[in-house]
Formats: sequence, C-alpha cells, structure tokens
Amino acid sequence: MSDKINLKIDNIAVSIHSGATILEAARKVNIRIPTLCYHEDLCVAGNCRVCVVEQSGSDRLLPSCAMPVAEGMEIHTNSMKVRSARKQIIELLVSEHRADCTRCYKNGKCELQELASEYIIGDNGFIDLVAHKGYTIDNFSPSIIKDDSKCIRCQRCVRTCDQLQSISALTVAHKGEDMKISSFFDKPMFEVVCTNCGQCVNRCPTGALTEKTYLDEVWSALNAEHKHVVVQTAPAVRIALGEALGMPPGEIVTGKMVTALRRLGFSSVLDTDFTADLTIIEEGNELLQRLKKVVKEKDTSVRLPMTTSCSPGWVKFIEHAFPELLPNVSTAKSPQQMFGALAKTYYAQKIGVDPKDMVSVSVMPCTAKKYEADRPEMRSSGYKDVDYVLTTRELALMIKQAGIDFASLPDDEYDSIMGESSGAAVIFGATGGVMEAALRTAYELVTGREVPFNGLNITPVRGMESIREATIKMEKVLPEWDFLEGVELKTCVAHGLSNAKHVMEAVRDGKAEYHFIEIMACPGGCLGGGGQPIPTSPEIRKKRSEAIYREDALKPIRKSHENPEVMHLYEAFLKAPLGKKSHELLHTHYTERNRY
Amino acid sequence: MAEVKQLVKGLADQHGRSMESLLPILQGIINQEQHISEDAMVEVARELNISAAQVYGTATFYSFLHTKPLGKYVIRVCKTITCMMHGKNQIIQELEAVLKINLGETTHDRLFTLLETNCLGQCHKGPAMLVNDEPYTELTPEKVRAIIMKYKQQELNVN
Ligand code: SF4
Ligand code: SF4
Ligand code: SF4
Ligand code: FES
Ligand code: FES
Repeated sequence: MSDKINLKIDNIAVSIHSGATILEAARKVNIRIPTLCYHEDLCVAGNCRVCVVEQSGSDRLLPSCAMPVAEGMEIHTNSMKVRSARKQIIELLVSEHRADCTRCYKNGKCELQELASEYIIGDNGFIDLVAHKGYTIDNFSPSIIKDDSKCIRCQRCVRTCDQLQSISALTVAHKGEDMKISSFFDKPMFEVVCTNCGQCVNRCPTGALTEKTYLDEVWSALNAEHKHVVVQTAPAVRIALGEALGMPPGEIVTGKMVTALRRLGFSSVLDTDFTADLTIIEEGNELLQRLKKVVKEKDTSVRLPMTTSCSPGWVKFIEHAFPELLPNVSTAKSPQQMFGALAKTYYAQKIGVDPKDMVSVSVMPCTAKKYEADRPEMRSSGYKDVDYVLTTRELALMIKQAGIDFASLPDDEYDSIMGESSGAAVIFGATGGVMEAALRTAYELVTGREVPFNGLNITPVRGMESIREATIKMEKVLPEWDFLEGVELKTCVAHGLSNAKHVMEAVRDGKAEYHFIEIMACPGGCLGGGGQPIPTSPEIRKKRSEAIYREDALKPIRKSHENPEVMHLYEAFLKAPLGKKSHELLHTHYTERNRY
Repeated sequence: MAEVKQLVKGLADQHGRSMESLLPILQGIINQEQHISEDAMVEVARELNISAAQVYGTATFYSFLHTKPLGKYVIRVCKTITCMMHGKNQIIQELEAVLKINLGETTHDRLFTLLETNCLGQCHKGPAMLVNDEPYTELTPEKVRAIIMKYKQQELNVN
C-alpha cells in the first residue's frame, strides 16, 4: 500500500500506516519502549515522558507515544541519552513517591516498580520529598481506595472516568508542586458521584487507586470454627482468573476454580450463574408484565423501556445522573444479591445451618459489587445478605497465598441446589449477554417456540460495538399474550457509562423507542469489570468474550428457564415468578442521589 | 442558594454554556462573591452539563479564583523569583506576625486574608504585594506594618 511510512527503529526497518505513532511502530517490531501515562484504551496524554526516544539529526528527545511516524525517520530507543533521560524521569517520580513497595497492594504488579527495578533507582538521586507533601489516603469507600502518596499524576484515571465513563469524578486540581488528582472539593470518593466501577483502578499504573480488600476478613471466616462459609462466583470470573495466575487471556478455568475454592476451605461452593438464570426469570417476567400493562391495559403509571439492573456501577450512575428515569430500571436485584438473599434463607434451611452462622462470600469481576453488598436495602434475609465481596484479583491472591499450583488442579463441579446454570447465565459476563439470555426466555414464554436464531445465538446483540440495537418480532403468540401479536420488540445494548449516558439521554428526551435496554457499566461488560486481572486492553477483552461464548455453546442447557435447580427453587420455595417471596427477597428499590 | 443559582444562570446566559464559557463564568462569580463556593460550583456544573469536579479542577488552577471565603482585604504577596531574592519570606513572616495568621488563612474578624501569588510585573521594585487591587512595592517589614495599620485604622473610622 502506498500510504505506508518507512522508518528505522534501532536500525530495524519498519513500515507502518501513516498517522501511527513511533511507539506503535516500535511495538510492531517487538521493541519495548517503557510507558506510564499511555494506555491503549485512552487518548494520548504525553505527560510522563518515560517513553522518550532520540531521532538522528535532532537534539530534542521525542515522546514516542504522542509522536507520529515520518518517512525516513531514524529512531533510537536505547541510546545513552535516552537511557539517562528515562532514568532521571523515573528518579524524579520516585522522589515524590511513598515507595513502600513491601507493604503495597500493587507490589509485584506495579508499572512504576517495574521501571524502577529495571533502571535500578537507588536513593542517591534526588531529595526525598514525600515527608513534605502532606499526602491524603482516602479509604472510606467500601470499594475504592485512593492513596495520593502513590500517585504519579499520569492522569490515566482522569481520562478513564471522563472518556470511558463520562462521569469525571476525578480531575486534576491545583497546579505546580501542589497539582493532584482530586474529587470535587477533595471529598472522600464515597461521597461524590463515583460509581465504584473500578475502571480507573484497572488502568492506574501504581498503587494509587486500588480496590478495598477483604482478604483478612475472609481468611478469618474460613478459619472460624462454627462458621459455614458459602461462596458464589460470578460468570466473568471463570474466564479471567487464569490471567492473574500466569495463564494467557481467554482460558476457561471454571473447574479448576471450583477445586481451588474447596481447597481454600469454603464449605459450599456455589454459583452466581444459578441466580443469573433466576434473574432472567424474574426480570423477563417483569418485562412482560410491563408490556402487558402498557400495551394492553394502557396503564400510564408503568414505564417503558425497562432497563437492566444487574450492574451496580450502572445503578449508582442512574441514581446520580438520571433520577427521573429510576422507574424505568427493573426492580430485580443483581444475581449477586439474589444469591445472598437465598443463601441465608432457602439454602440455609436446606442444609440445616442457622443463617447467623453462615458467612456469605462472593467473587466478582467488579469493585462496585462491594458497595452494592453494603447497601442498607441488601439485608432481606434478616442478615447482611452478602458479607464480603472479593474481586477476581483478590481470589487469585488467596490461591497464591495458599500455595496452590492452580494450573495443575483437576476440575470439579459446583455443589448443588444453587450451583447449576445454563449457557444463558454464562453470557451475563459479556456485554449483550443479559439481553440475549432474556430474549431466549421471554420469546419462548410468549410464543412457545425457541428464538428464531441459529443455535440460539442472537448474534445482533453480541460484539463490542458501543451501542447495538436489535428488533425481534413476536409472531404466532400463545393466547395469553395475544396483545403482543405482531409487536416488534425493540432492544438496545450499551456498555461503558459514556455509551449508557447517550442512550439514556435519548430515552429522557423521548427520542428512543426501545422496550428493553441492557446496560453494563464496564467496557465489554463484566468481563472488562473493575475487579478483573490487570492489564486490560481491547485485545484481552476480545479473548475473554470469545471464551464466554465458547462456554455457553458447551453447556447442555442453554436457556435460563430450563435450569432444573431454578425450577426446583420455584416449586419448593418461591412458588411463582414475581410472587410474594420473590418480592421480599429478589426485588429492590432505588434512591435518588445528588447529581454532583 | 437561590441567589447563587440566579447569579450562575445569568452568567451562563451572558457567556454561553460551552467549555470555553467556564472561565468567564467563574470570573463573574468572583466579581460578585469574592470566592466560588461549593454551591456555586455545583450550579456551574449543572448549567454547563459537566461534572462538579471539572469545575473544581479549573477553579483551583487559577490563583485568582478562590474556593474559600476571603477576608475584606486580600493580601497577595508575590512569590516569584525576583521578589523571593528581595526578601519576600521576611515580608510574609512580618505579615503573619502582625495579623496572627499563617499564609493561606483569614483573620478571625474576617478583615484580612494572606496569600501568595505569581509575578505582579513589579520585579524591579520587589518585594511586591497587592491589597485587593492596590499594589505596594519595595516592601520592608516596617512598611508592611504601616500598611496594615492604615487598613485597620480605616476600618475603625468606618465603624
Ligand atoms: S505503587 Fe508501586 S512503586 Fe509505589 S509503593 Fe506500590 S508497588 Fe511500590
Ligand atoms: S491515581 Fe493512578 S492513574 Fe490516576 S494519576 Fe495517579 S497514578 Fe495515574
Ligand atoms: S471508580 Fe469509576 S466512576 Fe469512580 S472514579 Fe473510577 S472510573 Fe470514575
Ligand atoms: S507514555 Fe508517552 S509521555 Fe507518557
Ligand atoms: S517577581 Fe515579584 S513582581 Fe515579578
């Protein structure tokens, strides 16, 4: 192709499309240039300067992440000048950094630490300024800890919260030596519009933004004598956990994970996928009820479109940003919280354990789930329904601490009556998955037939496109649903809150004619959640997504309403979808929050 | 609160509601209120449809956009290199002693606030400071005491 640019990097010839950066060209020929402020998911900031390179014939060093390639360039990434500039930049960063690596949550997984070790940063460089800085550590939030003494002001978090989530809970405040990453008036993260999505945590190169960990609490529970500790694992954990334990992205490790959890000492190893199926039954029925009230009974007090409610980052976002649209949100709790409410009632009864002796732990791809579990509404069992929420990363740490060689573990199965799941539940972990699962069930409820898609794969709602729409026509419906005959069910799927915002603005302004909207706070859905292994990139998320759809295809049961354990739950305990017990345990309400 | 709302709405009507309107609106608030309160920032965010943190970030970047309530007389001592070489630290020490406050603070009677600022363009006559819009140059500790006394006297006369 003629629009290729030819250049040399460290004397290796590279040919790359015009507009590419020097950094991209170098990666193409496997030359690694260190970076800190650069992140594949974000726009270029060019503020840290560790990526500098030298160009023959020029005195100035160039930031390779920001500099486009030009024909005939000769770039040196490893000259004396480059190395000493890089080292100085790292030394300067470290001089303002509370580098207590041995006590840091990011120890061993920190980009700054890695560079400092490569360049052997001793303490003979610059004066240590940490003592003079008066740094703040904000650990009031149940989800996110912000430690300014670890911050290198690369602004990846600011760009994440702005570009991916369009919340801008974080900003750059003050200037010069006082410059810092700050919330509104430097309030605790707990009090501002932060949704706890953890996307900034996933992209922070250091220990400045991390999740709040509950490892000690969970270990104590596991070691307490009279405690029955149940654990549930979210759909997206099984396709990413391996990454934090040395495996490549896209490995399905469900069976190994179950074995590991048993070896860690959990008394019951159960599956959030079970309540994902349950969510589909409750939410699907809620959608049909709403349709009935609106289409048939012309009830104007009932709102459409209905949106999903399983992503707690999304729920907090809409509580802040569009409180007027809260009646549109499904009242169904998230699978995590449905599970929690049932664990200490239905399951406790079944196994004969007093719920006060039960500790309920969940493993989630998510930091917002920690906040969700702490909500005052989430105590339907009479106890805190979910006691501790661990991220995928925290579970990986526990497995390491226990000395378990994860890769060599044999597979095992979940315990029963809350461990069975369908393929529809597995795909909850990917953007579009809840929609697909709901359609597989709702369409069949209404027509008595399977959704008209090859292999039940509703491909129009799949993929990584930011906003996707799909229409499915209801034909030859069962008599009970006659008012839906010929109705085109219009659906929309959005992931990442910035896309969610676009969709909800259209809904608010009456410009969207949807019936059902699926929203996930995180890019890619839960598979890209704020509690997933770091790093993340479009490539990694694609691999995780492929793994999810592989797992779905392998499942003998593909539809939520055919999950035998869910059917048994209705027979033995709940009686009917949206029934009295369901309302007590499985549905919730929302709270309007300050917009700022 | 209602007044702030009105003020911000008026300023937004006048300057527009784009990102470029942010600075003129914040300056407008300063002209009326001396400082930009939390409530005012929330209103600005609402009018411009941006986050309150973004307003805060901009407001804290500029020395003349105050985010804390200020005294009636705002003293801004130049901290830039020339004035620093001419002894601005002694000037600040003197002011702290006379006013019995630290840099960045406001006196209990809400009369004086002591701040630092960047170059005032009076480098040839440093050290320099401003009291509200009034410049004072070639300062010495004695001069500073006299200036403060002058303002205190002025206040006594008013009351
Ligand atoms: S953030 Fe990184 S460099 Fe800093 S203390 Fe933690 S591990 Fe060490
Ligand atoms: S908190 Fe993390 S991502 Fe944000 S600026 Fe600091 S180091 Fe960078
Ligand atoms: S957790 Fe999410 S909403 Fe909160 S600051 Fe980080 S990116 Fe923004
Ligand atoms: S990575 Fe290029 S300037 Fe930061
Ligand atoms: S350096 Fe003080 S006025 Fe210029």
